[in-house]
Amino acid sequence: MNYVSLVLVSHSEEIAKGLKKLLKQIAPDVRIAAAGGSDGEIGTNALHIQDAIESVYSEKGTVVLFDLGSALLNAELALEMADKKERVRIADAPLVEGAYIAAVEAGLGKPLEEVVQACEAAKQMVKIVK
Amino acid sequence: MKLSVEQAKAWIDRTNELFQQQKQYLTELDQAIGDGDHGLNMARGFQEAVDKISSNRYEDVGTLLKDVAMTLIAKVGGASGPLYGTAFLKMSQALAGRQEVNDQEWIAALEEALAGLKARGKAQVGEKTMIDVWEPVVMFLREKGRLIAGEAAQLAKQKMEETKTLEAKKGRAAYLGKRSIGHIDPGSASSHLLFVALAEVVEP
Repeated sequence: MNYVSLVLVSHSEEIAKGLKKLLKQIAPDVRIAAAGGSDGEIGTNALHIQDAIESVYSEKGTVVLFDLGSALLNAELALEMADKKERVRIADAPLVEGAYIAAVEAGLGKPLEEVVQACEAAKQMVKIVK
Repeated sequence: MKLSVEQAKAWIDRTNELFQQQKQYLTELDQAIGDGDHGLNMARGFQEAVDKISSNRYEDVGTLLKDVAMTLIAKVGGASGPLYGTAFLKMSQALAGRQEVNDQEWIAALEEALAGLKARGKAQVGEKTMIDVWEPVVMFLREKGRLIAGEAAQLAKQKMEETKTLEAKKGRAAYLGKRSIGHIDPGSASSHLLFVALAEVVEP
């Protein structure tokens, strides 16, 4: 079965790698690439992100999730520079919750647009019912 | 007047010298309203760019500027890397294959860079960003139709100083709201230096 793949962009290498590990537990078949940090330092790097996108590229599509500020600028630049980008979407979602939902949906074999929609809905997710 | 590959290279060299000299100043501006790494980032990125281009021979301006762009994208942290990287990438595409660049081509390349910056940063004039320097300078050159770089650098200085009166709407500084008023935007200051270096190379 073919799955939508994920790219996790964080200012921290450890956050991106740790999140990938977490997601692999629930979605072992989904291809996930971590693009955290910039040359080992805190930051994001368009070239790392481009490599990550290309490493998990899937005909079914790829969702890129990011954490803060300049991560988006670098994700957009990476996408511009990537060779294959028609089926790549940058999701407007919180990184951890959004990626978790994306991994679940992708693991169910859902199409790209549904995975993007589901993880963007994570913005409205109620975490504590009062 | 035509700009050669050597002059384009000299522009990057001179920009780097100015960033090394003004590293502390740019950092202080950024400490006031940002995360305080702008001077370090620009100084490091342009030093890397100079190291890269000084070890190569270039047949055309586009290839030279592309190497600058890719170095900045790879080495400059924060928003400055993708922003300046995009600006140089757009210029490199506009000047691909050009051994010499006339005024019109150079101005057109700066226009491409400005369009790239606005698209990448999703910023407009008045939001206390580098666009507050880039847009008026590029429009001025377009209007004059000649690369009068000295006057452009003077305008860049004036526009940089005017960012003091603006409230930040983009980036880390936007969290400060009205408290960002009274400080010069660090990105507008580094952009000003880029135009100063251009003037020194074009009109020595």
